[in-house]
Amino acid sequence: MDFGAIVSNLPLYLDGMLTTVELVVIALIIGLALAVPVALTATSNNPLVTFAPKAFIYFFRGTPLIVQMYMIYYGAGQFEPLRESIFWPIFKEAYACALIAFSLNTAAYTAEILRGAIIATPYGEIEAGRSCGMSKWLVLRRIILPNSFRRALPAYGNEVIFMLHGSALAGVITIVDLFGAARIVNSRHFVPFESFITAGVFYLILTFAIIWLFKKVEFRWHAHLRRREV
Amino acid sequence: MKRAIALLTILTAMTFGAIANAGDWDKIRIGVEGAYPPFSSVTASGELQGFDIEIARALCDEMGAECTLVQQDWDGIIPALLARKYDAIIASMSITEERKKKVAFSKKYYSTPAKFAQAKGAGIEISAEGLKGKTVGVQRATTHDNFVTAAFGDSVDVRRYGTQDEAYLDAVAGRLDLILADSVAMAEGFLNTDEGQGWEFVGPGYSDPEFFGEGAGIAIRKKNQDLVDKFNAAIDAIRSNGTYQAINDKYFEFDVYGE
Repeated sequence: MDFGAIVSNLPLYLDGMLTTVELVVIALIIGLALAVPVALTATSNNPLVTFAPKAFIYFFRGTPLIVQMYMIYYGAGQFEPLRESIFWPIFKEAYACALIAFSLNTAAYTAEILRGAIIATPYGEIEAGRSCGMSKWLVLRRIILPNSFRRALPAYGNEVIFMLHGSALAGVITIVDLFGAARIVNSRHFVPFESFITAGVFYLILTFAIIWLFKKVEFRWHAHLRRREV
Repeated sequence: MKRAIALLTILTAMTFGAIANAGDWDKIRIGVEGAYPPFSSVTASGELQGFDIEIARALCDEMGAECTLVQQDWDGIIPALLARKYDAIIASMSITEERKKKVAFSKKYYSTPAKFAQAKGAGIEISAEGLKGKTVGVQRATTHDNFVTAAFGDSVDVRRYGTQDEAYLDAVAGRLDLILADSVAMAEGFLNTDEGQGWEFVGPGYSDPEFFGEGAGIAIRKKNQDLVDKFNAAIDAIRSNGTYQAINDKYFEFDVYGE
């Protein structure tokens, strides 16, 4: 065991961890913002409205993240018109390509989680809102969405962790994230065990941080479910 | 239970098999990369081909050994050797000091300089100043990676790829200003292909032994010094009996062995 190489490369790991956190956080924000309208349209009764969001969810849940990333990164580079277009500066950057892939992927999973939570809304809650004179939108904003977020929280926490772990794929399209840093250290010093266990420990730390954060949010949002002293 | 016994039998057989062939080397497993044309690539039908592959087969014939070629990604090619997935690496691996800490090398079996390539007419000056802010594609964990990182790492944006082919793809896509790679591999594998038409060599050839070593050699586990000796003898033999020359001429118009 030789951790000397790891110690001398700690700055590389820390930079990588920063890149990982940045990628995941931005992807999650964009993903969540996309997921809400997708989930809402997917719960419509009109098949013409549900077709597009359902197709989106189906495609991104149905294909591996690495395939989506290769399609966006290497696939996009193949088309001359795209390379000439104003969008190329975005697709040219590996970072932006990873961000697009991660955002769309997490959006699809989050939308499905939210869709499930929305259709599980007890009808009595909606009825109660309507009988208080709330409009359709107000019911949506005050009752359906907040309660759906509550119901979706544990499943969403899982999705955030999966996204963190999935982000390791960024390393294969030249981005030096946490896993990318580990691969560089491994390839320079030929210490696979030490370099990958170090990355693993950093991922563990990040995962614990996410779990802790969700515990805090759950404590607040699920206050009504907390066990009470009788 | 039956399956467990069968599995145990197979494992035992494999273990003893491995021990049995450790001494006499009549069976050798060779690790190759398969993504580094014209030295090593995979045909459309899945067959391995290239200079490395033919040299490997010629050396095996010379040693009278039965060889199995094992394809392995470059990243893990040394760890897999150490993990006994195969007994030798014939994959255009440069003999460097850093690698010698982990594995033993045969004498070189070829040696070619490294060169930069740029998009035709880009007019990039190869100097610390001229490279400032440029993106350079290299294959991760190669001598080219080490060299560009050490020599120009402060001024250039180094993009590291798992295979050389991926770097070519991104060059065509316009994501790279420069590629640093082995001159022969790049000429045959990229510049002389349809995709590489828009690219050309720029700057001098690099062969500084500090970074690029003494040439490409065969990597073998350190404890198998007897196998190193066998490979060295076989390299000498195919060099003198014309086999090497024949393979050389099949792929190149010049002598790839170098000085």
